[in-house]
Amino acid sequence: MTTLNSRVPEGPIKDKWTIYKDKINLVNPANKRNIDIIVVGTGLAGGSAAATLAELGYNVKAFAYQDSPRRAHSIAAQGGINAAKNYMGDGDSNYRLFYDTVKGGDYRSREANVHRLAEVSGAIIDQCVAQGVPFARDYGGLLDNRSFGGVLVSRTFYAKGQTGQQLLLGCYSAMNRQIARGKIEMFNRHEMLDVVKVDGKARGIIARDLITGEIERHSAHAVVIATGGYGNVYFLSTNAMGSNATAAWKIHKKGAYFANPCFTQIHPTCIPRSGDYQSKLTLMSESLRNDGRIWVPAKIEDAKAIQQGNLKPTAISEVDRDYFLERRYPAYGNLVPRDVASRAAKERCDAGHGVNATGEAVYLDFAAAIHRYGSTQAKIQGLHNPSKEEVIKLGEAVIEEKYGNLFQMYEKIIDENPYKTPMMIYPATHYTMGGVWVDYNLMTTVPGLYCIGEANFSDHGANRLGASALMQGLADGYFVLPYTIGDYLADDIRTGKIPTNSPEFDEVEKSVKDQLEFFINNKGTHSVDYFHKKLGQVMWDKVGMARNEKGLKEAIKEIQEIREDFWKNVKVPGDLNEMNPELEKAGRVADFLELGELFAKDALEREESCGGHFREEHVTEDGEAKRDDKNFAYVAAWEYTGKPSEAILHKEQLEFKDIELKTRSYK
Amino acid sequence: MNLTLKIWRQKGPQEKGQMVEYKVTDISEHMSFLEMMDVLNESLVAKDEVPIAFDHDCREGICGMCSLHINGEPHGPDRGITTCQLHMRTFKDGDTIYIEPWRAKAFPVIKDLIVDRMAFERIQQAGGYISVNTSGNTQDANSIPISKYNADLSMDAASCIGCGACVASCKNSSAMLFVAAKVSQFALLPQGKVEAKERVLNMVAQMDIEGFGNCTNTGACEVECPKGISLENIARMNREYLKASII
Repeated sequence: MTTLNSRVPEGPIKDKWTIYKDKINLVNPANKRNIDIIVVGTGLAGGSAAATLAELGYNVKAFAYQDSPRRAHSIAAQGGINAAKNYMGDGDSNYRLFYDTVKGGDYRSREANVHRLAEVSGAIIDQCVAQGVPFARDYGGLLDNRSFGGVLVSRTFYAKGQTGQQLLLGCYSAMNRQIARGKIEMFNRHEMLDVVKVDGKARGIIARDLITGEIERHSAHAVVIATGGYGNVYFLSTNAMGSNATAAWKIHKKGAYFANPCFTQIHPTCIPRSGDYQSKLTLMSESLRNDGRIWVPAKIEDAKAIQQGNLKPTAISEVDRDYFLERRYPAYGNLVPRDVASRAAKERCDAGHGVNATGEAVYLDFAAAIHRYGSTQAKIQGLHNPSKEEVIKLGEAVIEEKYGNLFQMYEKIIDENPYKTPMMIYPATHYTMGGVWVDYNLMTTVPGLYCIGEANFSDHGANRLGASALMQGLADGYFVLPYTIGDYLADDIRTGKIPTNSPEFDEVEKSVKDQLEFFINNKGTHSVDYFHKKLGQVMWDKVGMARNEKGLKEAIKEIQEIREDFWKNVKVPGDLNEMNPELEKAGRVADFLELGELFAKDALEREESCGGHFREEHVTEDGEAKRDDKNFAYVAAWEYTGKPSEAILHKEQLEFKDIELKTRSYK
Repeated sequence: MNLTLKIWRQKGPQEKGQMVEYKVTDISEHMSFLEMMDVLNESLVAKDEVPIAFDHDCREGICGMCSLHINGEPHGPDRGITTCQLHMRTFKDGDTIYIEPWRAKAFPVIKDLIVDRMAFERIQQAGGYISVNTSGNTQDANSIPISKYNADLSMDAASCIGCGACVASCKNSSAMLFVAAKVSQFALLPQGKVEAKERVLNMVAQMDIEGFGNCTNTGACEVECPKGISLENIARMNREYLKASII
């Protein structure tokens, strides 16, 4: 078994990045004009990378499947972005951010990458403010911070509940400046369908113009993949409808190793599904758990009556309620990390205590918070012996000020007033920590092929902390890749333009066209969504929040069967040379059907429970996740050899020199 | 519930389009509007017909991709939401619903309900940015205090999602609210003042080149805007424009 070279520089952890930057090769400005870089995906990672590389002088070609870079799914992030600014003076530092991220990731991330992330986090905030990102401020005019799960300091910067949107618009404006100057050539409504390698190096891509259906060849000296995560392998997730793994999977098939696919984050507070027609799931911010108490009926007959619509939650007395997070985790209560909260909710629902028609929901109840805030307000306002109604009215006003937009969103979707009756929530797939394996330079195992943002695996280990995804995307794009890619491109200053009429381009283009033609000509019996939903069901049932050997083996077999059925019976209407959303989906689902199998295989191989990966065989006596550092403190990087079932495992051993490995406990 | 849908079908930009009638049955009131469209499309695929093309992505009201003109209103009859946040409980059993693309000269139809909003991109490229390179050496984020009042106003303007409902709702197909939102976001911040003059002149000039109409202060844009962008931003842009033109 080969050992992967992570190319982590020598030296003490806090000096590695500085030493590295001092020693790398640079490309002089005149030569940068002769170098082309392709960036696929224009979310926070791709958008920031494209803008920065163009500012440096490279010729950038950027690709997005939406009609504008501004619509990438980074835009949906609500809560905020972490940075170790220590503006609050509460003891924050680069080291603390580094430590929290490694610990939060259950010790499955690469120390050197995470420390670098913490080091550049402060500059991200400076850069965004300079770009005009309207972060929240206090009355003195300085930036405001709030706190998120899993940490003891306030280091989260935010822009209302739309932080992702504002940061993305910052990248987008920086991109627009370069598009106007011709330094970025923007390809909206284009989808990358494969990568082209010449002499072992990534030298271009094949893309489809989603409006005309035309297949295009694009060459470059390096290719950057920034296409996000693969959460839609579950069909239902909080990802956008178009979020897909095709670029990441296609490069995997061309030699890029795929790391830790089983590390996926299931977020506890999402709006439950309501029927088979459901197309996506909506996240409710983690911040709600600050004031909401999570419970289910303690008696199974009460749960049944609620499921059948014969009982209202407000009619259940306190003694008959099971506040299961507070019961199991008295120290952290409702604020345990995401993976722990999700599993506990599933456990109760599986035991029959779920509370909506499908039995897959738990209550998030604000009645206690409304009463508490109301009583405080009554005292502040000097009301003696206020009536119950007065207290509730005052309390609701406080809750509205804090969470008004979320409550409104909930009411729009569920058509129930969450001030009067408890919210119903259930976990949903939200983020993928796993992804394409990259070294310290963010380069994949294919020379000249880079992977940044959620699409790579590097920084979050087995569980991501809240407000860290935005930080990583922007760190990679603004401050890491622009250095590391120069070190590689310094050897390419005499290469000249890469021709697109080579046999390598011919070959890849042909395979892309063959697949598209197959879909159109197959004339099968079932739509693409039919297969995607079947895959999603298997993934959710057997490779979801809790996994076991038997289920994973079944899942692998079932996914293989669905895939076989898909290639025989998929039906794609319409034509090749036109806008054809069904054709786009077909290619994406074909890739999910392979990725899903590798995902299950990875989960089967990892015989431990850690972070978002919970194996039922590996639990402590009281039912908690049991990590196995002796045997599994490694990154599982898979090499494609023709079939997901025959992928070869390469292990990158993780070394923890600066942080002691400990068991996470929230009791 | 059972519904009759009258939907604009147009094969391509140069083709002639028309309204086509479809029936959908057993629609749940809990479905979102786009999930109802999914159900219709699945039934069309089953019948070997070409499904209806419509733009959508995040389905949680923030990406700005979805853009349906429903019963004569951008994003449908509800207020403060995008098409993807509209739910079928807004309609009644037996209703007839008219579904059209955004209608504006500057937003040509690509296919069915999908329009080309590249005009918005070009307006942003004309000046919707602050000229600052990524160096890692910009001054500390807290070195310029900004009053909370202005920061909040700037945030309100910046919450525009670029969907184009303002243009679609306007009898003149004016893009003033969209352009004003960006101009205002930067005009309210000290970082944006340096290039304020060029920004407003260039963005407005590009807006005119793209063929958007003029503003007659009707205010339909503000009513239909899913993010509640205020008409005050247009007034602010007009002041910025006047200032930039005479000084």
